[in-house]
Amino acid sequence: MSRKCYIRLTRLGMYLATAITAGLTLFLAGYVLAKGIPALSWNFLTTKPSYLSGNIGILPDILNTLYIVIATLIIVIPLGVGAAVYLTEYAGNQKLVSIIEYAAEALSGIPSIIYGLVGMLMFAGTFGTSLMAGALTLVIMNLPTILRNTQESLKTVPQSYREGAFGLGAGKWRVVRTVVLPGCVDGVITGCILSVGRILGESAALLFTAGFAHALNGFWDGLHSAGATLTVALYVYAKEQGEFQVAFGIAAILLVLSFGINLAAGAVTRYYRKKNAID
Amino acid sequence: MKAKQAYLETFVHGIFLILGLVTVGCVLLITAYLVISGIPAIRQIGLVPFLFGSQWASTAAEPKYGILPFILTSVYGTAGAIVLGVPVGFLTAVYLAKKAPKAVKEIVGQAVSMLAGIPSVVYGLVGMMVLVPGIRKLFGVPDGASLLAAIIVLAIMILPSIIKMSVTALEAVPKEYEDASLALGATPEETWFRVSVPAAKSGIAAAVVLGVGRAIGEAMAVMMVAGNAPNMPGLFQSVRFLTTAVASEMSYSSGLQRQALFSIALVLFLFIMLINAALNFFLKGGQKQ
Repeated sequence: MSRKCYIRLTRLGMYLATAITAGLTLFLAGYVLAKGIPALSWNFLTTKPSYLSGNIGILPDILNTLYIVIATLIIVIPLGVGAAVYLTEYAGNQKLVSIIEYAAEALSGIPSIIYGLVGMLMFAGTFGTSLMAGALTLVIMNLPTILRNTQESLKTVPQSYREGAFGLGAGKWRVVRTVVLPGCVDGVITGCILSVGRILGESAALLFTAGFAHALNGFWDGLHSAGATLTVALYVYAKEQGEFQVAFGIAAILLVLSFGINLAAGAVTRYYRKKNAID
Repeated sequence: MKAKQAYLETFVHGIFLILGLVTVGCVLLITAYLVISGIPAIRQIGLVPFLFGSQWASTAAEPKYGILPFILTSVYGTAGAIVLGVPVGFLTAVYLAKKAPKAVKEIVGQAVSMLAGIPSVVYGLVGMMVLVPGIRKLFGVPDGASLLAAIIVLAIMILPSIIKMSVTALEAVPKEYEDASLALGATPEETWFRVSVPAAKSGIAAAVVLGVGRAIGEAMAVMMVAGNAPNMPGLFQSVRFLTTAVASEMSYSSGLQRQALFSIALVLFLFIMLINAALNFFLKGGQKQ
């Protein structure tokens, strides 16, 4: 093969592949929005479904998603941040560190259907099929995300800060509390945004743990009863009930939310990078 | 006062140690739950009939629990997704990392992030509404819900992980390598594909393995487009993957059937652990260089 031919071929391949990638994204987004936006209405967003009147509204699903996000984050943040602090500040035993990091990697590789199954065995037995069981399952899933992002930002806290605080006579816990923890806020925020994105998109892990009811509940009642998040509701409406209009409406909402989350994660990273550069 | 301080420090240290060990505990618990609930059915059915039985009829009067169709479907489906997805992802990554103007890189990069953020049920929904009827019309088969539809959906779903990880690997190649190649008279294209890509090979291999992991673990999108009949895999057959075999019968299963579903999950888990080990191998190989 002549060199000219090689160059032309590789160039063509690269352009074609990039066009396919960009085109697919554009098509997916355009198709979902075009089909979904007409389904959105005030009534759709603010009512609950009723078999009697044939009304379909997704307010319960929106609230369930919100509840499960809040419950998951409240539990996972202390766990993830604590583990990250242990790894970067306390752990002296290198072997233990690598075991914990290996475990976190293993957790992020496990598919969500397995989380769903184990969550069903572990949590749905105790709490019943409920948002709480779903949230606890999601806690395990998102632990590595929070852990890793916090750990990354802890590494950017200059060693001299710690040494300065120790030099002034502060104990270890005091240094962690007043110097180290404030320095990892950016990592925690990034981790939270990424986790919210993952929770919004999750369905297989929730189907058997949180169930798929559409009841309208307050926060505490909601946690103790079964409920569908937006993604699970989409699945049920599309696959079980054939309500494609509704499914596309939810899909459009999810698409916009996930796009917003991407932008937010990028913005937070850029903001803190700038801030750290100035410090 | 001093003693009190020391107590506090030990106490706090202990708490952080426990928080650090939660991760390890979770992995052990998940493994234990899967093994304990997965073993009984395999014992009762027998390992060989379970793994290599070609018939799955869990609700029949004389139930058969052979999961070979699911294993093969998962393997073929993943292989198909890799065959379709890797070339596109790889070439896109080379373009983005080496050739693309800054603005294009920014925009396509944003598009790739968006692709990664789309929930799998949305992929499934679009697959159901566009791909499935499209395959039915294009190939004149009675039902478009098939292995082919699942392969295409999976190929698209693994694109972002392959692209992102390959771009990172390609960008980490020392600029001196490329400069040397250019100075010796190679064109930019020859440099990228014959110098940069081989230099980034362990990162790219890790990207492919990550894609394999994603594809084999995906449940919901596949469930919506693959048809879910426990057939032996064929391109236009309605098929069940390991993941969807668990998901599709879980809600109404009982007794041995339910236990067999846990055994399927155990098999899937073993596959994933194998893939994780391969991923670690490639990533470690990259660090050594």
